[in-house]
Amino acid sequence: MTSALLLAADPLYAQGVDLTALLITILKVVVAFAFLLVATMLMVWFERKLVSDMQNRIGPNRAGPWGILQTLADGTKLFFKEHINPIRAERRVYVLAPFLSFVPAFLLFCIVPVSGNWANGGDGTVELFGRTTYLQLADPPVGILFALAMSSIAVYGVMLAGWSSGSKYPLLGSVRASAQMVSYEAAMGLSVMAVVLVTGTVSTHGMVASQAGDGLFHVLPNWAVFTTLLVPFVIFVIAGTAELNRPPFDLVEAEQELVAGFNTEYSSIRFALFFLAEFMNTVTMSGIFVTLFLGGPSGPAPIGPAWLWGCIWFFLKTSAFLFMFVWFRATLPRFRYDQLMDLGWKLLIPLSLGWLLMLAAVQLSGQQNWNPVAVGAGVILMFLIGWSLLRSANAKARAVHLGEEVNA
Amino acid sequence: MGYLKGFGVTFKKLFEERVTDDYQIGKGHKSPKPERLHGRHVLNRYEDGMEKCIGCELCAGVCPARCIYVRGADNPPDDPVSPGERYGFVYEINYLRCIHCDLCVEACPTEAITETKLFEFSFTSRADAIYTKDELVVGDDGRPQHLPWEDWRPGEDLHTSAWMRATAPGGDPDFEGVVSWSGELGYGVRAPEADQDHRDAVTAPAGGHGHDDHDDHGDDDHGHGHDDHGHDHGDGGH
Repeated sequence: MTSALLLAADPLYAQGVDLTALLITILKVVVAFAFLLVATMLMVWFERKLVSDMQNRIGPNRAGPWGILQTLADGTKLFFKEHINPIRAERRVYVLAPFLSFVPAFLLFCIVPVSGNWANGGDGTVELFGRTTYLQLADPPVGILFALAMSSIAVYGVMLAGWSSGSKYPLLGSVRASAQMVSYEAAMGLSVMAVVLVTGTVSTHGMVASQAGDGLFHVLPNWAVFTTLLVPFVIFVIAGTAELNRPPFDLVEAEQELVAGFNTEYSSIRFALFFLAEFMNTVTMSGIFVTLFLGGPSGPAPIGPAWLWGCIWFFLKTSAFLFMFVWFRATLPRFRYDQLMDLGWKLLIPLSLGWLLMLAAVQLSGQQNWNPVAVGAGVILMFLIGWSLLRSANAKARAVHLGEEVNA
Repeated sequence: MGYLKGFGVTFKKLFEERVTDDYQIGKGHKSPKPERLHGRHVLNRYEDGMEKCIGCELCAGVCPARCIYVRGADNPPDDPVSPGERYGFVYEINYLRCIHCDLCVEACPTEAITETKLFEFSFTSRADAIYTKDELVVGDDGRPQHLPWEDWRPGEDLHTSAWMRATAPGGDPDFEGVVSWSGELGYGVRAPEADQDHRDAVTAPAGGHGHDDHDDHGDDDHGHGHDDHGHDHGDGGH
């Protein structure tokens, strides 16, 4: 019954869990796992190739056409390398940590709708072996909160890896990682709430469903990126990049300062798991972006089966984000630690909180038929007040801080 | 929005032409190597087949990486290896240590050791990294030995003594293009490279690397106008 509750929203389990449903689920798990691994492999290649293009280099070009098998070669090599356990490592945690990093990365993908029949008012279901189901592994009632939970668990992987290595640079890296991920999770959660507010659901399937139709003036699609007025999207992209520890927020593995960061002491396949988890997270996080803000796999289906078009739209949208991540990496220099904290706590969190309140006010005014002009004026007024309060608080804090430094 | 300018820069790079050459251009052809590239060494022989090395150990003495080990021995009177009194009995170079600085080539009084353009090394053990006379001495045709792991293409073994022919002794411009070296097995007395002015005149309009023609069997590819000059003054210059 527990599993049924967890997967309840999927019509596959409408008549209870029988053998067919079980087999279909297993099939979906296998396909999703294989797809994600291949996608991760290609992402590593894509990143290396694109970054070298942006830096006027050629990049990997020996293994397979355009070097596409380079990741496979690297992975195979890592499999055959020696496991090294540092003498001062906390052995059990040290072995466990890579899995704490890797497993959430995969689980996160479970709730991403990758396809489905969304065109022409479809409800995102497909027929699979005579059963109606969603093309996503699980649609738990907690929905997008599951994503936040998983990314929180991933913090443990990084933190415990650094701590259990019994070495100072990994420890420094993991302390940075935990502080960074915790701070940006707040902004991330608040911008997710903005999407929840406008789509009216926490289920990822429901979010895609509510974004599938026509939007403003029947020109723009009804994507949350438009309905939440862009700002939560920008915040989520920034916070998501920070959550992934990707450049420009890769302080966790700042080579110049921390050797290789939290995974310095790891070797062999355990290192590969961290590496894999990082890129897998990049892929799944792009999938989450798409689900939350760009309508997931929804889109027009001119010819052919609609589920195929769902796949295509999902792939295109996700690729755009993957490109963006690589572009960030090629362009932006790394943040300083205090800049990182300033951006997170003093800009992103207040802004996303304010925006959430504003969206709530607009939503409520629509329901209660309040005067839109008054609501707009009130919103602007509140923003100005909030902004000036925040500024004066920052200035005061700065003055106190500087005073302390002078007195010390 | 000054922050966003950088994104434009990296994006533009996507469509720019790469300046890196492929190691192998198409099939059977490698990108041309600079004439004065420092590759692995050869031990040269005179035109009559005698070894040039006299076992003086100057190369070993000058080597900053201490990678050369030489032991000289007296020539057997009835079957001499080199023209003089002594010859290089043991000659070993450890390529795990060699930095290809070419100082051994400069130190050598008989031009016995020079560097080829071959740089493809492949060792599976430390012992294999030590090349002995078996690998280093040129073959009976005067060419470097084709070692099994080296991927040779036509012209791969040329320019085995480029430093000799490129440099005026003592850096004195009066000696540019003056032959001050002995003949080599299979090649005879190699012609000198063209002098600086001539080279500038040839290379300037071409721009970039332009010397695809690597055939220096018999005559030098750059010294066409200076061949006779070099030979005429070859012995008179000193």
